[in-house]
Amino acid sequence: MNMNARRLDFIFAVLLIGTALTWWMGETGHAGPAAVLGILAIAAVKGTLIIRDFMALRGINVFWPTMVIGWLLLVLGIIMGGYWKGL
Amino acid sequence: MNSPAIADIKVHHPPGDLAIWVFILAELLAFGVFFTTYVVTRMHNVALFDEMQLTLDRNAGALNTVFLIAGSWCVARSVAAIKLDHRAASARWLLWGILAGGGFLVVKLFEYSAKFEAGINLATNTFYMFYLSLTFFHFMHVILGMVILLAVWLKAHRGGYSAADHHGLETGASYWHMVDLVWIILFPLVYVMR
Repeated sequence: MNMNARRLDFIFAVLLIGTALTWWMGETGHAGPAAVLGILAIAAVKGTLIIRDFMALRGINVFWPTMVIGWLLLVLGIIMGGYWKGL
Repeated sequence: MNSPAIADIKVHHPPGDLAIWVFILAELLAFGVFFTTYVVTRMHNVALFDEMQLTLDRNAGALNTVFLIAGSWCVARSVAAIKLDHRAASARWLLWGILAGGGFLVVKLFEYSAKFEAGINLATNTFYMFYLSLTFFHFMHVILGMVILLAVWLKAHRGGYSAADHHGLETGASYWHMVDLVWIILFPLVYVMR
């Protein structure tokens, strides 16, 4: 198996762990500012991995990763602000 | 003589057709507006949103996240395989990706059918208006992504892509990953966070 395939498999495992953690936080009733921050941090890590490795924007001209990762962080920031204000 | 020019193109442009990336950015913008509207509306209806969220099937949401992540992984492996000129493996990975998308659709249809049988619709309340419209908007994107992947698979199955020429495969893969990326936010936002 080549290095790229191994990396993709590793990222898949990380994404599954992140999903399981998010699900577990929901199932165990985690709520409030700290829980929201934790869940959004997991989403940020998962999203960045998908953008950089699955979408293959790692090593591409800075414009494209900046646009897509910037979108991810902006949306997550808006969600965090909205939840913290509404909690 | 050609090598520097080809390397330059690869470094400066994302994988696949540039047009799909303009389309992806437009789609992300649309979903971003949708998510923002959801959050702003929730700020004025926190009790309703928290109460209604508990009526959703979180297990189905998590299972669908696994389907989309697995689908994205399979498609990424398909691209990695074609770069090594492993054409049959590339087509096989692509087919697994399409099947994962099919799994997502089946689970979502079960979820929708349970809600409709319980008499829930767009007019039930603000939360369900958002839940149904937001998830259905995404559902349609999954279908479009699967249609694109199916067209790419038909060509891949016939050996139409190679290590030197797999532009179409990368184009379809990029769109599919966008559909996955959006769900990575949608799942915690609608099903989990409170």
